Amino acid sequence: MQTVLAWGFGVLAVVCALLVFRLDSMARVTFALLASFLFVAFEVLLLGLNYLGVVLVLMTVMEMVIMAVFMVMYMMNPAGLVPMAMYHNRAGAMAVSVGTFCLLAAGTLLVDWPERVGRPVSDPTAELGAELMSSQMPTMMTLGMVLFAAILATVTLSMPRGRYDRFGGSPRGRPTDPVPGGLGPTTVSPGERR
Amino acid sequence: MRGGGSPVLETPLWWPAVLPVALGGFACGAVAFDSVLSARAGGTSSGRELLTPLRETVRSLVTQRRGTRAADTVLWRVGVAAVPVAALLAALVLPLGKYVVADPDVGIVWFNAAEILGWAAVWAAGWGANSVFSLVGGYRFVAQGLCYELPHMFALIAVATAAGTLRVGEVVEAQRNVWFVAWMPVAFVVYLISAAAMAFRAPFGAPVGTDLAGGAATELSGVDRLLFLAGRWLLFVVALAFSVPLFLGGGQGPLLPPWLWSVVKTAGVVTCVVWLSRRFPTVRVDRFAEFSWTVLLPASLLQVLVVSVMVLIR
Repeated sequence: MQTVLAWGFGVLAVVCALLVFRLDSMARVTFALLASFLFVAFEVLLLGLNYLGVVLVLMTVMEMVIMAVFMVMYMMNPAGLVPMAMYHNRAGAMAVSVGTFCLLAAGTLLVDWPERVGRPVSDPTAELGAELMSSQMPTMMTLGMVLFAAILATVTLSMPRGRYDRFGGSPRGRPTDPVPGGLGPTTVSPGERR
Repeated sequence: MRGGGSPVLETPLWWPAVLPVALGGFACGAVAFDSVLSARAGGTSSGRELLTPLRETVRSLVTQRRGTRAADTVLWRVGVAAVPVAALLAALVLPLGKYVVADPDVGIVWFNAAEILGWAAVWAAGWGANSVFSLVGGYRFVAQGLCYELPHMFALIAVATAAGTLRVGEVVEAQRNVWFVAWMPVAFVVYLISAAAMAFRAPFGAPVGTDLAGGAATELSGVDRLLFLAGRWLLFVVALAFSVPLFLGGGQGPLLPPWLWSVVKTAGVVTCVVWLSRRFPTVRVDRFAEFSWTVLLPASLLQVLVVSVMVLIR
């Protein structure tokens, strides 16, 4: 049963991934990619990694919906109303992608997998985390904080209008916003400032 | 999925059949209560509002389905159907008293992952119709999602931190002495706000607002409309019902059997939130974004901090 499901999810994940290149609307392409990721998440669930599998579902749905917004915003022909293709430099791209797939697939078949010793642990997710990061835990924690600080700094630096544009000297009362919520033009004439 | 067993909750064979009926009953009750309040506010109350769920269901079923030109039918239909599906998937880990369909070791994360399917569902439903108002409604919901989701997740994290587990049954068990609502009132309020926003119910109904002629639901008709709107009420009821095991001690209480306590508490929460949500005007998404990121998010982070410190010194 598990084997059948694993093969089914695997085939469906690959089919959905191929659909990404066959469909011509950005919305459908994004949702095909989402479906492919979801089938991968189901594979992870089959491995008994409940937490990782469910978090994969959660993260991919969120990120693919946001991805859909950006794909529709930036790509040509978002609704698929005029012919277009997702691929460029067709021969080269095909060679690279099919070659990579074959290399990775061959790796899974040719590698000398170890025999199982003992029984699976009760909490494989925690075990996997410890195995991946045990000696590097402080590094990973610091890295997380640095990444978070980098995100905050990037958002702050890219804000078109900061606190002083909105509130003037003291952050009290309602801000002077041309567009509510702090967006809008970067500069405001001195007369508009408090 | 491994780890499906639960120490405190049980799954009778008949439960998966009864759960959707119970949820449907709650949703119908909520719709009826909402329309009674609506009629009383308009001064036209006559008692017939109690039949609103039945009448609207029948009306949707006999209405012919309209289409639009160049609609993306696949995404449209999938999006519409995914709203009730998301609600039912989330309900799989919702215990009512001692009964639950499944109590996996990652129950809280499962609930979060299922309910977030609503993002994809509403966006796809708004996009698929190939209509401006519907599209704007779909985008509004994504923006609203970015507002409510992080405070919502921190409210869930506060509960998981206090209970020391992600299994819903053990979360209920951890509230044997003190309900979590007493520990973490801020997380409870944040959770209720995010539940209303998640189901785009008033006052967070901007994605299907009247200023957009119905927003994401503009072009829906017939059975599509029924699925979408009933799914939205189901999502609302499931999200609110989940606050009972998370914050209100689940089925715990004196005298009455656990399932009845769960029903009473859920009905109480749904009634309060439906009544309260009519007290506020529709919140514009940009204002909600500002409120959410400058008030709700810091408040829920502080709540997590307080809970973590209390767990450490306990």
